[in-house]
Amino acid sequence: MKFNDSTYTVTDSGSLGRIALVLGILGLAASAYGYTSDHGQFFHSWMVSFVFWLTVGLGALFFTLIHYLANARWSVVLRRFSEAVGLTLPLMALFFIPILFGMHDLFHWSHEEVVASDHLLSGKASYLNSGFFIIRSVGYFVIWGLVSWLLYAKSGQQEQGHSEKWLSSVRRISAPGIILFAVTITFASFDWLMSLDPHWYSTIFGVYIFSGALLGFLAFAIILNRFVYSQNILRGIITDNHYHDLGKLMFGFIIFWAYMGFSQYFLIWYANIPEETVWFLDRWVGSWKDFSLLLIFGHFAVPFVLLLTRWSKRSPIMLPLVALLLLVMHWVDLYWLVFPSYTPDGVHLSWQDAASLIGIGGIFVWFVWGRYTSRPLIPIKDPDLGTSVRHTN
Amino acid sequence: MDLFSPKKGADIILARFKDPASLLHAAEKVRETGYSKFDCHSPFPIHGMDQAMGLKRSPVGYVVGCMGATGLVSAMVFMWWTSAVDYPLVISGKPFFSWQAYIPVAFAITILLSAFGAVLGMLGFNKLPRLHHPLFNSEQFSAVSDNGFFVSIEGEDKKYDEAQTSKFLESIGGTNIEVIKDL
Repeated sequence: MKFNDSTYTVTDSGSLGRIALVLGILGLAASAYGYTSDHGQFFHSWMVSFVFWLTVGLGALFFTLIHYLANARWSVVLRRFSEAVGLTLPLMALFFIPILFGMHDLFHWSHEEVVASDHLLSGKASYLNSGFFIIRSVGYFVIWGLVSWLLYAKSGQQEQGHSEKWLSSVRRISAPGIILFAVTITFASFDWLMSLDPHWYSTIFGVYIFSGALLGFLAFAIILNRFVYSQNILRGIITDNHYHDLGKLMFGFIIFWAYMGFSQYFLIWYANIPEETVWFLDRWVGSWKDFSLLLIFGHFAVPFVLLLTRWSKRSPIMLPLVALLLLVMHWVDLYWLVFPSYTPDGVHLSWQDAASLIGIGGIFVWFVWGRYTSRPLIPIKDPDLGTSVRHTN
Repeated sequence: MDLFSPKKGADIILARFKDPASLLHAAEKVRETGYSKFDCHSPFPIHGMDQAMGLKRSPVGYVVGCMGATGLVSAMVFMWWTSAVDYPLVISGKPFFSWQAYIPVAFAITILLSAFGAVLGMLGFNKLPRLHHPLFNSEQFSAVSDNGFFVSIEGEDKKYDEAQTSKFLESIGGTNIEVIKDL
């Protein structure tokens, strides 16, 4: 990898992109083979992998939006990165197409004869029907694609010169953008994940997915930026203080995730209404119970304790390790949401889970790396850049 | 308690510096020379002052951690004792020890005791509340809330010597050197 220290541009982006692309193509090819051998498994594995990478992109979009809206200064050096990751959202529309073909395998409510014989589902049919589902899904991608692309393009314009007008224009995108973000991530998680078990409902579900999404992005950002750091790039620009703040955010959102997860569980446990409790009962059967416990400890208790100290949030080894743990746990979380409706008797991991995860992930990382290194890695015309570089805590 | 009967006898030497940068350098020099009981006073917080003065990290976090753990454990134990031991009552068919129901309360008590630990610990380590300090005997010191930057070295310091310390403060750029007697 070659880096120009005066323009902050990467002149040779190295082999990361190429390796990711090759892995991605291999993964997708393996997934395609998996489709021909067991398409029920394929669609469910694909759903987990698709939502996994999608949520990393959504977390990035949120990070950029909140950066502008909160007038954040510390994160200016990370903005180009979050914009590049957010720009994967239009790409993810491509990976959504298999799910449209797999609707009958994934969603019970897409079978008209099932709906007709099911009182609850026929009551929900005006919302949960194939036509409206596709319209909504397209709508989500239009909104995400538009907001993330506008923010990415606007940021490039800053290089021509920063002005008050520029700042107000990104804020004008971000303010409605974050409202649209909240609505779309809520309904997308209702449509794509909650409706896998169409009898069940939980109004907090969207916030639960959001908390995991931001965690996913923060973990991804820490790992990839540490990789950039290891290539002798941006040293002294993205410092321990920025990792410290990313670690603090990650720590906070670990608690937020647990808070949302517990709130969802708590009300259902307390009310004890069969149509709600059945969802948790499904996740307390056989080896699903181990997965549930794994989530409580691996997604909350262990990283909570590990990130408690100032030392671990600033450590160049500890923080990426916890980030890696959280990425794994984010995947476990999504697997735990999706698969009990497919393999209700217990956890049956398949090679297809890995194939689609690596397939989509390879293309995702290749795309992010290409976008990130195609411009100066930091917004060099941003008036708050100096404040961000000197940021201490 | 420091509140009404402050320790008498120890003098304080006060020196004024002209701006935040010179105060920062003065703090470094005072620390390097080996003084340990000194303080810097400025109208606003100065970046890097903690390092310049060689201040250690605040131990308040440990107090907060201990108080939080105490809150969590005592809340859980108390709720277990009331609802499973002392007065067991079946509520909506759930077990006597329904830990799920205790978590919101235990969480709140953890936060409450942590907050107490943070506030009281901060006051304790700062030796507050305290109604008077010998520094207020100085006329010029009132400028600290306006445009004054001061270093004060306390008489309790091992290296303290009225004549030498005054000369030292002058040598590092201090002006208006003043020995404050504790009245």
